[in-house]
Amino acid sequence: MLKQIEGSKAVAEAIGLCRPEVICAYPISPQTHIVEALGEMVKSGELTPCEFINVESEFAAMSVAIGASAAGARAYTATASQGLLFMAEAVYNASGLGLPIVMTVANRAIGAPINIWNDHSDSLSQRDSGWMQLFAETNQEAVDLHIQAFRLAEELSMPIMVCMDGFILTHAFERVDIPSQQQVDAYLPPFEPRQVLDPAEPVSIGAMVGPEAFMEVRYLAHAKQMQALELIPQLAAEFKERFNRDSGGLVRTYCIEDAETVIIAMGSVLGTIKDTVDEMRAEGHKIGVLGIISYRPFPLEQVRRALLSCRRFLVLEKSLAVGMGGIVATDVRMAVTGAGLKGYTAIAGLGGRPILKSSLHALFRRAQAEALPPVTFLDLDWDVVNKQLARERTTRRSGPVAENILYDKGIVSAKFG
Amino acid sequence: MGFQPVKFYQTGTFTVGNRLLTPDERSLQSDKGRSNSINSGHRACQGCGEALGARYAIDAAVAGSHGQLIAANATGCLEVFSTPYPESSWQLPWIHSLFGNAAAVATGIAAAMKVKGKTSVRVVAQGGDGGTTDIGFGCLSGMFERNDDVLYICYDNQGYMNTGVQRSSATPPAARTATTMTVGKEPGNVFGQGKNVPEIAMAHGIPYVATATVADLRDLEYKVRKAMTVHGARYIHIFVPCPLGWGTASNDTIRMARLAKESGTFPVFEAEYGEVTGVLKIRHQIPVEDYLRPQKRFAHLFGEHPHPETIARLQLLADRNIRKYGLLNGHAAAADEANEHLRELRISEGGN
Amino acid sequence: MSNRPFAITLKPGTSLSNLTGTWRNERPVYVDRLPPCNNACPAGENIQGWLFHAESGDYQQAWRVLVENNPLPAVMGRVCYHPCETACNRGLLDESVGINSVERFLGDEAIKRGWKFDRPALVSGKRVLVVGAGPSGLSAAYHLARMGHQVEIQEAGPFAGGMMRFGIPKYRLPREVLDAEVQRILDMGVVLKLNTKVENIEQSMQGFDAAFLAVGAHIAKRAYIPAGDAAHIVDAVSVLRSMEGEDKPMLGRRVVVYGGGNTAIDVARTAKRLGAQEAIIVYRRSREKMPAHDFEVEEALQEGVLIKWLSTIKHADEGSLTVEKMLLDEKGVPQATGEFETMEADSLVLALGQDVDLSLLNGVSGLEIKDGTVQVAVNMMTGHAGIFAGGDMVPSERTVTVAVGHGKKAARHIDAWLKGTAHQPEAKHEIASFDKLNPWYYSDADKTVRPMLDTIRRQTTFDEVQGGLDENTALFEARRCLSCGNCFECDNCYGVCPDNAVIKLGPGKGFEFNYDYCKGCGICMTECPCGAIKMVPEET
Repeated sequence: MLKQIEGSKAVAEAIGLCRPEVICAYPISPQTHIVEALGEMVKSGELTPCEFINVESEFAAMSVAIGASAAGARAYTATASQGLLFMAEAVYNASGLGLPIVMTVANRAIGAPINIWNDHSDSLSQRDSGWMQLFAETNQEAVDLHIQAFRLAEELSMPIMVCMDGFILTHAFERVDIPSQQQVDAYLPPFEPRQVLDPAEPVSIGAMVGPEAFMEVRYLAHAKQMQALELIPQLAAEFKERFNRDSGGLVRTYCIEDAETVIIAMGSVLGTIKDTVDEMRAEGHKIGVLGIISYRPFPLEQVRRALLSCRRFLVLEKSLAVGMGGIVATDVRMAVTGAGLKGYTAIAGLGGRPILKSSLHALFRRAQAEALPPVTFLDLDWDVVNKQLARERTTRRSGPVAENILYDKGIVSAKFG
Repeated sequence: MGFQPVKFYQTGTFTVGNRLLTPDERSLQSDKGRSNSINSGHRACQGCGEALGARYAIDAAVAGSHGQLIAANATGCLEVFSTPYPESSWQLPWIHSLFGNAAAVATGIAAAMKVKGKTSVRVVAQGGDGGTTDIGFGCLSGMFERNDDVLYICYDNQGYMNTGVQRSSATPPAARTATTMTVGKEPGNVFGQGKNVPEIAMAHGIPYVATATVADLRDLEYKVRKAMTVHGARYIHIFVPCPLGWGTASNDTIRMARLAKESGTFPVFEAEYGEVTGVLKIRHQIPVEDYLRPQKRFAHLFGEHPHPETIARLQLLADRNIRKYGLLNGHAAAADEANEHLRELRISEGGN
Repeated sequence: MSNRPFAITLKPGTSLSNLTGTWRNERPVYVDRLPPCNNACPAGENIQGWLFHAESGDYQQAWRVLVENNPLPAVMGRVCYHPCETACNRGLLDESVGINSVERFLGDEAIKRGWKFDRPALVSGKRVLVVGAGPSGLSAAYHLARMGHQVEIQEAGPFAGGMMRFGIPKYRLPREVLDAEVQRILDMGVVLKLNTKVENIEQSMQGFDAAFLAVGAHIAKRAYIPAGDAAHIVDAVSVLRSMEGEDKPMLGRRVVVYGGGNTAIDVARTAKRLGAQEAIIVYRRSREKMPAHDFEVEEALQEGVLIKWLSTIKHADEGSLTVEKMLLDEKGVPQATGEFETMEADSLVLALGQDVDLSLLNGVSGLEIKDGTVQVAVNMMTGHAGIFAGGDMVPSERTVTVAVGHGKKAARHIDAWLKGTAHQPEAKHEIASFDKLNPWYYSDADKTVRPMLDTIRRQTTFDEVQGGLDENTALFEARRCLSCGNCFECDNCYGVCPDNAVIKLGPGKGFEFNYDYCKGCGICMTECPCGAIKMVPEET
């Protein structure tokens, strides 16, 4: 059913259709609207049977989900940013125990400085947690990915984060096709756990494993994600059959058949990129786009295939490996090892910095001209940065960086500092 | 206390069983068919109080739930010695997730049972004092506040024993641990304000809170069984001496618990909805010194340079417990009176 | 569950494959230690053993275990000075177990219910003569009969019982009780010949394979007291003996008893009952030094008997005595002070001890007589082969219980001697001393007080002073037993083992250690209430 609906609300409705049995809620922007909506569905009796638990922290949220999932319940929670970090220990634990929990991450920057706006630092910080990570480009895709995520997680008995850009998607009102309960039920069978805490057949879950078996356990987690590389396209194909929509999969290409330059990105920024590419194509530029939906497992093969016919690529990512550069870019470079391609990284949109089409035009053109340094910081205010660096060189106690920058940028409140 | 002492028997209420008692008057642990929730072959140290306390408690909980019990376990000695790959000692469905989240994991299990309509399945969470009073405290408090249908059992051995005997918020003042060394002006652990988790649990107003020791099996079993008859959040804090961490003989584990209780150092009581409803009286009061002396962790109080003033301070703490909970028979009336007064107060407040 | 995730999910209970018994340096073992009561009993009773059955209310079984060592429980339950209770570990906890009162209850119960001794299973064909039907002789006869020997008792007096009848007043031992227990022994086929004084043992022994002599000590010791012609002086033994006859002794209104033993007390209390207005014991030392048992002194004082301490009788006249005050020197020996006083007395009863009539031994070769008693070897045999002796006529403490013990001991040796072997008593187990116990586990339970007859009736009648326990109180008292050194199946070891390494075998079968898993922590040993577990080093 087509609805003009807020992203969070749409996702909540999709989650509801997936018949979660335990939902753990802890407020953190920008995911709050999702659990608020779910809470209302449970309380009103619209979503039943379901336990909606207001926990006291994200750590508890994930822990409750772990308990519920291990006891055979379909468990869901949502978080972002600091919250994801606060639950990090439990995030690793859920995947270590092989519990098919689905969690929405409304992607948001990580402090300090505290910042509520969108980038991908949070979920990318959990890159190696053993969770699968699927990135939605649109709210429609966010809805669809959640439905696929439960199926995928439960088939592999591994947890999944469905990542959607905070505010940009979560708070955007768009037209979204919300599937029917019958459609979802047909696609997503009831949860049949691989292992379950059951007095009738007791097991001990969560053993201490030493050097004699730890590597094998780790490898098996890896093998699961390798299996996901095959399963994700199958599930997307099946989804298309039932829902008549292309949604999900490992990667999505746009205008790359003859592209000499390919722009690679994840999430909602792909929309802006495609618009820019459309405009550049109209001007005759051979440029295309590769969207990565499945960040974990990372589709090395699919990325390599998509890029093999181009000459150069630019990874534009909303994340920064401090002291190194790109995070997604590293994986992409790994995919095209030995292919002789020129590769560039652009760090963009950190902490919600708008990614402007004008900036992208300039960036892409420089990439085409192979005039970029290996790592570019899009729209970085070099004046402010240089001032601060100079200040630090001369004064030992140069004061807090963020406040200094606000001062330099002339933001009024900081002047009273 | 709610259980009826068996009178006039050779060994009364205090032994595990007794051939003279009918089977239903004996403790569960005397039963040939007890569930042995933790099987033989676990790797706990010789004379481990926690291994014993856990079997006492979980066997009772298994019985109280008619075998329909699931356990969530915090990281710690109990977890490590019971489930090193490839062997598990547990005979009931059991999960270990993390150090600080046993209460929350249990909440999740309870929620799953509720949503699936498995109302007969009960959930217990358990951890050591570190996993309860320190790192798991947030999750524990959350579980209490929501009144989730979980019985949380803390096995208190007064320190981080699994990691090599470091201080926890349950470590008593003056005790030696690896992080409270016996050097300086005030050797051993500081005299802080204490962190009385049973009382904090009571402050949540949950249906049932109790303390127990491995030296009073019948009392312990009674409390676990009672807890299993109640729904909502319940907390039982069990005192389990640690021969390794305390520097006591492995055969003295139960004796140490007995001395802790009999000196007033560890008050044994139960509370419903935030009000103390019963205490296990001291039977033969002993000075705190008698409890401290056999423990190497307090050896610095006695040696060549003794600290009688520190022992006196520890005695004061015990005296305070004795007064506060009415642990001596003479104090019972006073405590009852105080409770009655409080109750009346609440009623009159409620009436306003 | 083959689908279990690898390594992190485990099968339940699989730790059984980890045999933690290899960690052990010491292993616990179950032991039987000797309870102090058993150790202290002169009759060699297995007290803890019979209390065990009494605890479960199986009084007949308790009685049967009791009479394996002592055929006179109803008597003993009244007259024994119960050294068992003095030794009882419970005395260190609150008060000793009232073993004596439970013994009496069992003895009385047996009489009431008519329980009989089993007749011996086999007959040896040997004949043993027992001389004297006192406690020692009856005990020997009983044990010998149980062993299949034919026993004949020859008793000089008109009744069986010896000093139990002629030395102990009725108010302490009703005669029907004594008669019942004697009769039960005779019912086994023991022949009793009364009024048969053995004048010459070698003659009387003809036709017998062995003899056990237990003639007692019936001759009153005399002390020289200068006395006027009209002074009325009698001895305690004859006073007490005449109580059994038709003519009660005439002692007058004021009776003075001279001596400090139990017999002095018995006579004074008897005099009181016979109507004396005053019964006064004169004793040369202080109360602390008095050989009489404290409770008897106490009972006598309650009944109005007076005791004049630190006094010796210097002269007796008609109606009065001259008494000298004494002072104890540093060594506690009374010394004369030269201070005299006169006291009124219608009669003076001397209770200064008894001697043995050894005339039946005249001419027997090989005997050694010393201080008026017959010397015996450890096997109770005199220097003359085949003649054994016990009770008051051999050197020992002169109590009914000791005598009963002698009878049993002699019987065992006679039995061995008749078979041409030697009786080897079993080695004693280690004593279950109080430090071996964990008394925490015993509930607080004060000793049951036996009912006492009211004072007026005690002063005027010969009714039994001390009452017995009823079933409830006897059961309670039996259950106060700590079962020192012997497992009573309290399940503590089974319960307190952190490694589930104790196997419970079921009622009456006790427990076993599972050394596959026992880590040797020793908690079972420490928490065993009765000290029936011992740690022994592992052999490396």
